[in-house]
Amino acid sequence: MIEIIDVFLLFFIVVCSVAAIFLKDLLSAIIILAAFSFLMAVEWTVLNAVDVAFTEAAVGAGITSVLLIATLSRTKRYEEQVNVPKEFAPVVHKGISTKIMPIVVVVITGAVLLYGTIDMPAFEDPNAPINKHVAPTYIHDADHEAGSINIVTAILANYRGYDTLGETTVIFAAGICVVVLLRREKWPEKKIT
Amino acid sequence: MARKEDHIISLGVISKILIPFIQLYSYYVLAHGDLGPGGGFQGGVILGSSIILYVLAFGEEEGRKLVSQKFNDIFSSVGVLVYAGVGILCLIAGGAYLEYSKFPLDHHLAHHLGMYGVEIGVQITVSAVMTTLFFETARKDDETFESKKKKKMEPSNLKSS
Repeated sequence: MIEIIDVFLLFFIVVCSVAAIFLKDLLSAIIILAAFSFLMAVEWTVLNAVDVAFTEAAVGAGITSVLLIATLSRTKRYEEQVNVPKEFAPVVHKGISTKIMPIVVVVITGAVLLYGTIDMPAFEDPNAPINKHVAPTYIHDADHEAGSINIVTAILANYRGYDTLGETTVIFAAGICVVVLLRREKWPEKKIT
Repeated sequence: MARKEDHIISLGVISKILIPFIQLYSYYVLAHGDLGPGGGFQGGVILGSSIILYVLAFGEEEGRKLVSQKFNDIFSSVGVLVYAGVGILCLIAGGAYLEYSKFPLDHHLAHHLGMYGVEIGVQITVSAVMTTLFFETARKDDETFESKKKKKMEPSNLKSS
């Protein structure tokens, strides 16, 4: 039963991403990206990563789409062909190599990635290296060492406190960048003497 | 963004009903970060989105009455300072930076309070930055793409620049 849900989820994720690429209406593309994020959140929940799912639902489906729509309000809704003078027009090569080469590159990259998955341990294998290294320590010690039942919070706020401080500073820096780039201040008029 | 003339009553009523619950939920997510999924980041995003909902429903002017530009700017840095301040407190208590167990409290309680302080800092910064991002990226009512283009093309503007 759970396999059917998995297959449906993955199918709709692929459908959403392909649709978002091919749509000319940017508002619809944003809405479809929000649906994509929501499906990803469900997928994370299926994989038992509830914290990631929560973040994906709040940030990916919520804030990101609102911010993208806000960005869209500064531009136009539809992708369109802009009439540019000939000397500035993008050069379009109409050769067989431009049609074949991307497919070749994509196929080779995909094949290499598939080859890489052969060596990976089986899904949910308790003897996989990732489950042998630091994870048992965290699972065993997080409750009495860090005082948090949720191991993810214990790692974020306690074991990896420096990383989270850096992360918060990055968010702060992003806000400062947007303010510097986009804020229009009304300066008091000064007479240049 | 909603302008004053296209204000919709139902939108305003529904958002006024929903916003307190959304904000309460954001604090629930923050406070239960060590029991269930969630924490400062998610709580901050939810708090920021409640303010964004208010701005979407009532327009930018009303939103600026609720959270002014100065308020936003100050609080986006206050969060980082709270986070760093918890680390400094640990230094004063005699431990390493962000070593909560050196607080003169019960070991469990010290870790708990340290983590709460840190998460509150993250929430303040994230919510303030998210609202700032929305305020700054959304189009101001007086400028559209066309009017901006026209303004640039006007000869008086070209001369002065």
